[in-house]
Amino acid sequence: MKILVAVKRVIDYNVKIRVKPDNSDVDLTNVKMAMNPFCEIAVEEAVRLKERGVASEVVAVTVGPKAAQEQLRTALALGADRAIHINTSAETDEKVESLAVAKLLQKVVEEEQPQLVILGKQAIDTDNNQTGQMLAALTGLPQGTFASEVKVEGDKLQVTREIDGGLQTVALSLPAIVTTDLRLNEPRYAKLPDIMKAKKKPLATQTPAELGVEVASKVTLLKVESPAERQGGIKVGSVDELVEKLKNEAKVIS
Amino acid sequence: MPDYQAPLRDLRFVMDEMLDFPAHYARLPGGEEASPDVVNAILAEGARFTREVLLPLNQSGDREGCLLEGGEVKAPKGFKEAYRQYVEGGWPSLSAEPEFGGQGLPHSLGMVLSEMICATNLAWGMYPGLSHGAADALRHHGSDEQKASYLTKLVEGVWTGTMCLTEPHCGTDLGLIKTRAVPTGDGAYEISGTKIFISAGEHDLAENIVHLVLAKLPDAPEGSKGISLFVVPKFLPDADGNPGERNGVTCGSLEHKMGIHGNATCVMNFDAARGFLVGPPNKGLACMFTMMNVARIGVGIQGLGLMEASFQNALAYARDRLQMRALSGAREPAKPADPIIVHPDVRRMLLTQKAFAEGGRMLVMYTAKLVDLVEHDQDAAERERAEALLGLLTPVVKAFLTEVGFEATNEGVQVLGGHGFIREWGMEQFVRDARITRLYEGTTGVQALDLLGRKVLMSQGETLKLFTKEIHKFCQAKAGDPALKEFIEPLAKLNAEWGELTMEVGMKAMHDREEVGAASVDFLMYSGYVTLAYLWARAAKQAQRSLGGDEDAFYKAKLDTARFFYQRLLPRTRAHAQMIQAGAASLMTISAEDFGLGFEI
Repeated sequence: MKILVAVKRVIDYNVKIRVKPDNSDVDLTNVKMAMNPFCEIAVEEAVRLKERGVASEVVAVTVGPKAAQEQLRTALALGADRAIHINTSAETDEKVESLAVAKLLQKVVEEEQPQLVILGKQAIDTDNNQTGQMLAALTGLPQGTFASEVKVEGDKLQVTREIDGGLQTVALSLPAIVTTDLRLNEPRYAKLPDIMKAKKKPLATQTPAELGVEVASKVTLLKVESPAERQGGIKVGSVDELVEKLKNEAKVIS
Repeated sequence: MPDYQAPLRDLRFVMDEMLDFPAHYARLPGGEEASPDVVNAILAEGARFTREVLLPLNQSGDREGCLLEGGEVKAPKGFKEAYRQYVEGGWPSLSAEPEFGGQGLPHSLGMVLSEMICATNLAWGMYPGLSHGAADALRHHGSDEQKASYLTKLVEGVWTGTMCLTEPHCGTDLGLIKTRAVPTGDGAYEISGTKIFISAGEHDLAENIVHLVLAKLPDAPEGSKGISLFVVPKFLPDADGNPGERNGVTCGSLEHKMGIHGNATCVMNFDAARGFLVGPPNKGLACMFTMMNVARIGVGIQGLGLMEASFQNALAYARDRLQMRALSGAREPAKPADPIIVHPDVRRMLLTQKAFAEGGRMLVMYTAKLVDLVEHDQDAAERERAEALLGLLTPVVKAFLTEVGFEATNEGVQVLGGHGFIREWGMEQFVRDARITRLYEGTTGVQALDLLGRKVLMSQGETLKLFTKEIHKFCQAKAGDPALKEFIEPLAKLNAEWGELTMEVGMKAMHDREEVGAASVDFLMYSGYVTLAYLWARAAKQAQRSLGGDEDAFYKAKLDTARFFYQRLLPRTRAHAQMIQAGAASLMTISAEDFGLGFEI
């Protein structure tokens, strides 16, 4: 079984986000970038399926600038067999929107014919949570989103999903699309020899033009603002005062 | 709990922009593995591992300490699991040779990783810390059989190593050791004696511990010419090379220390333990020095790591803590007070930490490059030059970086005021942990004698000239650059003075040997400041050249820190120069008896 894993280069989750002074976007100058944490979980799941003998090949794919190859190398170091980079540098300096990414991934799915595509449920930079779903619609494949457990049984896939108020288990027929939630697994650290070997694993490059997909942005980013700074709290003298304030000042109870 | 982010951007500046490591690696045999993308990936993963795995165990390990029960030592909670992950990740073998299970990457890269380990958990780092040196000693001096038995296991980290030198009555002066080695007739020796202060002498992290032990043969000459080196495993390897019979080496007790509580510092009793001679008889001290030089640079890196960790946390606090208004008027009027980073004296402390940490990183990486060249350079003349420079700078790295490391971690406490003294904040731990670095692997005093006596004066100043010539060339090349005048002029003056001071001490020493000892520590500190001044000038040159891009803030901060170093730290050379020139008389006149006249009756 071949598994395709999509990974995205985002701002490192440890980095304290700064907004540009002109509020045009998040400031990415001199900022550490890393693989989106949900994508790490996706890679880990694919590699574990391979280690268990369920999968025979893991292919990592990313859409982004040249520098996004770093994240593909990370995926290769973690155990992916080869990588595909869809280089958007020539077409756009901006982020590629979810729909364009989904269309590009659709082309890769058509070409590679994987039995399983695993994506993070969302990326921590834009938090859209839609690429996996869009890809499922475009390819006409069944989807199991927000997965906390994935089991392959023959040509069936059982996905436990984290939903409001509990867990839901769905059975999908393969090929299928899965998006990962936080509790699916705990990603490993890359081993030093594997980091070195990753360099020698094949990495193919394609462009959106070659795949016939238009990536120009259809959404204009108007403004980015830092969250309002937290105000200091107050001490109340009694329960009655608290209730009074919650009712009349905060208006959260009536 | 203190936080830590590996200074990856600063490392890139030092390695790629300032010291041109990409070209350096490309020149090394096997260096093609260390291409910039692989180096970046390794450093990023090392940063992640140290931050996520080692850092959370630093404070808990300090509080819990180690436990000795029935001869077995238990390291603090989590240490064993972290070590397992470290070994599985292949980190111990980073710079070792592929033929013994290593990754064959340059030593300098291992030194960068070492900084991250020391910054996040020095006590933990001292478990694998000496394996590298033990492996080096065996690789250089061990027999083929010894290499086969121990090297791969040490390189892969499956077993750890120790250095057993110190005994209750002697540390610096190893000629006095009493541990005996008696031939058993089958080519082995029975080792008996007591060693103290043995880092990681006994623990539960690895399945076997390989002790490298200094002992005396029955017919050995007196003093340091009669010391031999032995390998003594905790478990004797069986026919398959696995840990077999328990050897007669046990941990008698754990030392109760000021710092690095998470590391087991052991009293080791050798009771007719089976050992094997490493290298020729009576040449043990020379063999051991293979380990010592590597270990000394390693300790300098410990000073660096602790400074960086303390700086990062002091900075976070200074930005956050609101107290008093800036003297020239409120900076943040909407808040009840300004963050303390507005105050000049808080900035002085933070900049002291920053300038020493960033300058220290330049010094470590400059030295790391020399280590690579000594090990791998194809050109004999180049190798010889690198070896001489490395010999000169090793005591500077060791002693200067741990002296200023102690100062800088202390400033870290000071920035937090009373909170710095409270354990919860973790700032006092950096000071306690840093304190040992001025002591082990040769105290500052010993390093200073090594620098001034052995390295500088014994070579008639030639070794020093090698370095001052390099500085002189740099100053000459940049002499006409008005943008660098503020750095080049004072540097050129100091560089000339360095030679003059050496001459002066050398002349005095011809009449009185005590002059060397009297001048040595001030000479070492003086040398450290001038060396850092040279590197800060190079950093300033590089930053100046890179201004105007989208990383202006980074380069401007670099230039500003260089200015701080030149204006606020470098003047200390005046005091050191004067003290060097003061000579031995004021130290030597007063008699040992007269010292106590104020209280002895």
